[in-house]
Amino acid sequence: MTSDLTAAPVIHPPAVSASNTGVTPPPVQSTRSKTTERVIGVLALVGTAATVWLGLWVTPPDEHQGDLVRLVYIHPGVAWVALYLAFGLAAVSSLLYLWPRTRSLFWDRLAAAAVEVGVVFNVCTLVSGSIWGKPTWGVWWAWDARLTLTAVLLVLFLGYLALRRIPAEPEVRARRSAFVALFAAIDVPLVHFSVNWWNTLHQGATVLNPGLTLKIHGSMAWTLLLGFVALTLVFVWMLLVRYRVGVLEDWLDANELDLALAERQSEGGGPFGGPADDRVGAA
Amino acid sequence: MWRDAALIAGKDLRIEGRSRVALSQVAPFGIVALVLFAFALGPDRQVMAKGAPGLFWVAVLFCTVLAIQRSVSVESSDGASDGLRLSGIDPAGLYLGKAVAVAAQLIVLEALLAAGVVLLYGARIAVPWMIVVSCVLGTIGLAATGTLYGALSSGLRVRETLLPFLLLPIAVPVLLAGTRIWQAAMAGGTPSSGMAWLRLLLVFDVVYLAAGVVLFGPIQETA
Repeated sequence: MTSDLTAAPVIHPPAVSASNTGVTPPPVQSTRSKTTERVIGVLALVGTAATVWLGLWVTPPDEHQGDLVRLVYIHPGVAWVALYLAFGLAAVSSLLYLWPRTRSLFWDRLAAAAVEVGVVFNVCTLVSGSIWGKPTWGVWWAWDARLTLTAVLLVLFLGYLALRRIPAEPEVRARRSAFVALFAAIDVPLVHFSVNWWNTLHQGATVLNPGLTLKIHGSMAWTLLLGFVALTLVFVWMLLVRYRVGVLEDWLDANELDLALAERQSEGGGPFGGPADDRVGAA
Repeated sequence: MWRDAALIAGKDLRIEGRSRVALSQVAPFGIVALVLFAFALGPDRQVMAKGAPGLFWVAVLFCTVLAIQRSVSVESSDGASDGLRLSGIDPAGLYLGKAVAVAAQLIVLEALLAAGVVLLYGARIAVPWMIVVSCVLGTIGLAATGTLYGALSSGLRVRETLLPFLLLPIAVPVLLAGTRIWQAAMAGGTPSSGMAWLRLLLVFDVVYLAAGVVLFGPIQETA
């Protein structure tokens, strides 16, 4: 009977009218940005579907690899998004946040969104690579320089996200995260060189044997290109949505208590009223 | 800047001299790690000697995390960090001083661990100067990055768990370079590949020291 009172408060921003409670209304997405988001989303969906169709049914199997070659339409594209697009964007926007003239929470949220989406793509890179590696190289994982670098990047990404989860003032969190992103970014070339030397000095021939070079058929080249474009669009769409969610999260962080208070007060019909009679009776 | 750095380093080393935390806790921990590695690899001394370079550097990394935690916690009580900022000490000097103090403790620790590796694992060192140079350069790099991340995480309640997670992946180049230089020094034959790794360590040191000198002031404001 009292479960209604002990349950965690569910917050429905529209249920509380902003005018008489003093709660800042949630930021509203403009029509233009809504349209942009939708158009990119639809394009990403169509592009991905077309890539899947072309990759699985239209293009021929490879002379040496057979159907395994179809991974080429996904794997490099995913890796491109994770390793260059997402991480590069995160590094650049972190730098722009730290630069006093361009300091704005926009860059901080953009960096956070890029890293989060980048982690998803990074994991997809490692998983699709492993699935490809097992039948072609005979192992799920090889300590090849590029694989090692990808794994180190994933750990650096995850550290950044762990730091962001710590509650703090938005400005403090933004600064701290931007520094961590910056220090990770300047580490990347150093890790790149060291894992390259590490591997080449370690074993004479690298696992990625030159026999893997593909003879690209006309339709294969187009599908490969389409895959890159489609996955880039998927990244942009996820980035836009994540950024919007980030804005809403910040709004909720700032207004959570006010909202909960307003909701409680509206239940009792006044600032000092208890829970409304009908709610207790109804349960 | 240099005078401030000397002051801060002197202060931290004096605290260590009186509390003996690094000597009585961190150093024994390093030895314990070496013994545990030996248990993990079995009693075959050939395997241990082969793995000695990597095991040495992994032990050093773990000890670095502890030394940095200690270096941060010294400033965390009694409003010590606020006092330091109020005292008008140059942030770059503060950074260098903290890093120098950590590096000095790590060097002593590494001497101990190196002796342990030679005695316990039967590692033979053919080119001792390469070992010394790699330890000095590696230690500077670890102290430089560690002090930066220590300052970044200093105000956080989850510092103990977050610091290793952030710091250890950054230190991957130091681990790889240190291990390769030790292998070259133990083999004795080809110092040319060792030289490339020494240059990489030098670049790592310069990059992070420069970042720390420039950015330590703004980083302090995030704590």
